Amino acid sequence: MLKLEKDILTDKPEVDPAEGRDHVLAQEFSVFYGDSEAVARVSFGIPARLVTAIIGPSGCGKSTFLRAINRMNDLIPHCHVTGGLVFDGKNIYSKQIDVVALRRRIGMVFQNPNPFPKSVFDNVAYGPRLAGIRRKSRLSEIVEQSLTRAALWDEVKDRLGQNALGLSGGQQQRLCIARALAVEPEILLMDEPTSALDPQSTARIEDLIGELRGDYTIIIVTHNMQQAARVSDMTAFLYEGRLIEFGSTKKLFTKPEEKRTEDYITGRFG
Amino acid sequence: MKRTGIAPESHLQANTFRRKLIDQFIRFGFLCSGLLVTAILLLIFGFLISKSWPALIEIGPMEFLTGQRWMPSSPRGAGYGALPMILSSIVVTVAALIIAVPWGVGAAIFINEIAPTKLKELLKPFIEMLAIFPSVVLGFFGLVALGPFIANLFGLSSGLNGLTGAIVLAVMSLPTIVSISEDALNSVPNAYREASYGLGANRWETIARVSLPSASSGIIAGVMLGFGRAVGETMAILMAAGNALNMPITEILGMPVPTLMKSVRTLTANIAIEGSDVAWGSLHYHSLFVLALILFVITFAVNLVADIMHNRFHKLNRAR
Repeated sequence: MLKLEKDILTDKPEVDPAEGRDHVLAQEFSVFYGDSEAVARVSFGIPARLVTAIIGPSGCGKSTFLRAINRMNDLIPHCHVTGGLVFDGKNIYSKQIDVVALRRRIGMVFQNPNPFPKSVFDNVAYGPRLAGIRRKSRLSEIVEQSLTRAALWDEVKDRLGQNALGLSGGQQQRLCIARALAVEPEILLMDEPTSALDPQSTARIEDLIGELRGDYTIIIVTHNMQQAARVSDMTAFLYEGRLIEFGSTKKLFTKPEEKRTEDYITGRFG
Repeated sequence: MKRTGIAPESHLQANTFRRKLIDQFIRFGFLCSGLLVTAILLLIFGFLISKSWPALIEIGPMEFLTGQRWMPSSPRGAGYGALPMILSSIVVTVAALIIAVPWGVGAAIFINEIAPTKLKELLKPFIEMLAIFPSVVLGFFGLVALGPFIANLFGLSSGLNGLTGAIVLAVMSLPTIVSISEDALNSVPNAYREASYGLGANRWETIARVSLPSASSGIIAGVMLGFGRAVGETMAILMAAGNALNMPITEILGMPVPTLMKSVRTLTANIAIEGSDVAWGSLHYHSLFVLALILFVITFAVNLVADIMHNRFHKLNRAR
């Protein structure tokens, strides 16, 4: 398995995390559900405009960490955090932060495609409408741009008025990406975005991530290590809520420093 | 040795035959229950028509629908005008729904989307308990408590009028509307709400733009059941609404306007009052069946319209 990863990784440039600026910086950051610590004192910086993968076995806290970044965990009762999670110079969990504004700047794509039971157009226009854009011509423009960016425009341009639930699973997930892009976020959080999709749709989403790289900071949680190796520049390995290793994807998959990282990526556990 | 080879096979065949028989039997059972429901509905409809036929022939449907004088057993020229009762039924029911729908849907939203889990678990059975009150108890409450209150509030000599009736009906249809609307909201996938929050919507925007539209067909069903409860209710409305044959209409600047400030008698109340001592087989007897038929047509028409609206709404939203 590791051999295969090496093949994927041969063309990958070595990325120095110190090079770019940190878009999100975790400092001794913990997330608790009641008394149990799902993410435990994690510290690392996520570089801007690159793709960062978070890997680890089920229950390692990777989704919890991801959802903490745009405060989706606020919806869960008895969930609280300690430590710092800094975005744009401010702690995401400080009292002055406007959660609504935060979520417009940090978009999210979920594990299962979850388009609204509305038309394709209304799905993409949902965020812009919330932001107060009413003019039809402006909305149409945003919808076309967003769908084009999400590589879906050509497939749906003739059925913008039809219900989004009639699209295939892969199309639905690209629609959800377009919907997230329509609010022009800086960061895109992806929570196992292909785990419910077939291999072909998965490949299209991975291509799309490659195209969005450079314009957006993308943080992707995946249980598929080959996917992490294919799409990401940086990889963080979480185990039992702790950050075991963080570094460039190439280095982490070829010369991991930690024994546990090596065991995990070679499939010895997890 | 040969037999052992055949035995399991024949055993298999016997089993399939038995299974097929059971399968057919169960299928037949379901078919019967389905047909029986339809048959009973048709039988009731047929019974209503055949029983009201003599009155419809002798008096004519227009007299029932447009006449305003209801005196079926008056020695000096009987009157069969049911319009006051038809309008009373409609006005009181519509008023009840105007009160109950925002109230009920609001309560459902509070229970499902806003209340903390513990309060939610307390509230839902509490509201559903409203449904176990016998309607006569609520009617009596309207008669002795709500009526005088309404009379005081509006400076009327009697508070037993359309408004009191409508409030009592609203309270009666509330549990149905709340319970079914809450179920509908509860079945909206949380993924929709998460997506909405993730796009920067606040709680109110999420409720208005995602939860309510997704639950709309269930909410419509709840409202329809509430309507059925309100329009068919007899005892409570008989006690609370004053039970006087009046047109629920007043004139404002020469224009007829529906009013809730008059005592009224609904179709159901009239059937209940006169049905017990009417001479069987008389014209009066048959004309009461005409009232029942009118009631049936009203509820049927409203259900049909709601169904068409619902289907059209869904067609707009349907895939492909």
